[in-house]
Amino acid sequence: MIGFVQSLGASVLALSRMIGGIVLFTTIALRWVLVPPFYGRQIVRQMVDIGYYSLPVVGLTTLFSGMVLALQSYTGFARFSAEDTVATVVVLSITRELGPVLAGLMVAGRVGASIAAEIGTMRVTDQIDALDTLSTRPMQYLVGPRIIAGIVCLPILVLIGDIIGVFGGYLVGVYNLDFNASVYLSKTLEFLEFEDVFIGLVKAAIFGFIITLMGCYHGYYSGRGAEGVGKATTNAVVSASILILIANYTVTALFFG
Amino acid sequence: MSENKTQAVKIEISNLKKQFGNNQVLTGFNLSIRKGESLCLIGTSGCGKSVALKCLIGLVSADSGSIKVDGHETIGQSRAENEALLRRFGMTFQFGALFDSLPIWENVTFRLRQKEKLSKKIAREIAGDIINQLGLAPHVLDLFPAELSGGMQKRAAIARAIADKPEILLFDEPTSGLDPITSGVINDLILNSVNRLGATTLTISHDMASVRQIADTVAMIHQGQIIWCGPVADMHDTGIAEVDQFVNGKAYGPLTSNPPDTNVAQHSEMPV
Repeated sequence: MIGFVQSLGASVLALSRMIGGIVLFTTIALRWVLVPPFYGRQIVRQMVDIGYYSLPVVGLTTLFSGMVLALQSYTGFARFSAEDTVATVVVLSITRELGPVLAGLMVAGRVGASIAAEIGTMRVTDQIDALDTLSTRPMQYLVGPRIIAGIVCLPILVLIGDIIGVFGGYLVGVYNLDFNASVYLSKTLEFLEFEDVFIGLVKAAIFGFIITLMGCYHGYYSGRGAEGVGKATTNAVVSASILILIANYTVTALFFG
Repeated sequence: MSENKTQAVKIEISNLKKQFGNNQVLTGFNLSIRKGESLCLIGTSGCGKSVALKCLIGLVSADSGSIKVDGHETIGQSRAENEALLRRFGMTFQFGALFDSLPIWENVTFRLRQKEKLSKKIAREIAGDIINQLGLAPHVLDLFPAELSGGMQKRAAIARAIADKPEILLFDEPTSGLDPITSGVINDLILNSVNRLGATTLTISHDMASVRQIADTVAMIHQGQIIWCGPVADMHDTGIAEVDQFVNGKAYGPLTSNPPDTNVAQHSEMPV
């Protein structure tokens, strides 16, 4: 019994320490994001890494999600003769939920892991300390540009992902389910409102912040050696994915609840 | 090596203490380095040498004690003051710590380019001059650290440390993992660079051949304290069993090879 209470207490303490650490790290990171100097080259490099190189994975994910969504909604809605709502369901699902969440989760896997591995390796090989000795604040040089790039790139990725996802639904609707192309397009746009897309993009910016922050945090406090960096990478992806799902519900409840 | 008996004290560390969890790493560390002096800090693995070095430049904050550089207290100073202090130091790390994502010319001129807006052409010229002094070929400028051998990485790290002509140079195990010939070359480069800059030097080393070559003074740390400090010529005749065992590389004696964990990376402090 005592052993159980001890391990429970240790777990609660460890969790509290981690939450406190993340809150402190976030505060400090946000402070240095807003204070010059801004490392333009680093920001551009991170935007290419996070944004450009994530395009194929986000594009493929949303394309097939749009296609599956069209097929599934058609077969489901056919049971109560509501097939003509397929285009509307596809576009609203993609822009409000699937686009931001799927893109966020895919980028968390690709970028969160890569950031944690890169910064973790820099930690264990003393490169972060070296930055300090070379009159450069690691938070400004390493963390700031990644967070800025995440916040800027994720909405762009999601916007492109939304278009590709809706296009995927269109392909299935028109070429597989025999919808009339112009009717499908008009149904797609008929019930779509600006706020559907906009809130999806707001979510994407929040997810970009979460992904880069978790990657930086776990990399910065990586344990020693390959094992430590490996754990940091796993923790970055898992924590970013969980936080994305929590943030997604929170934002949805806030705007649509 | 320099004649420095009459020189003013450059670095004065008094009663420095640092604890990680339950592990008291520095238990009252005292060390004094004169201007222009080359001091080597020796001690078993995990005895706190690197922690002392990181406390000196503010990468790790000491729990108590005093560190004075040119008589100015550095413990408890503001971030801005610490940054100004760091600009007076040049440091090489045990494994080079070159930035993987940057070519050598950008690594070497990293601090110069942070300080002033140098064009790429001028920065490359400066980097070329420095690596030439250290015996590296010009084509190395465009290579990345992973493309260099261990010895070349050490040279590039020294080039980065001396590029801004610092007053104080810190070398953390500059010859570890190198063959004896390359170690000798690195020691020569350190000596030449230090003499050219007139810098005060603190080197951590396990390599006694290297210590004999570059040190004016040797200090040995054991259980978080300096147990002996004196001229390099006297280190074989200290009458202290721990120093004798370490200097002569004896397997048996008062020192053990199971040191406590003092890995600083495990204990990274919250950035400010």
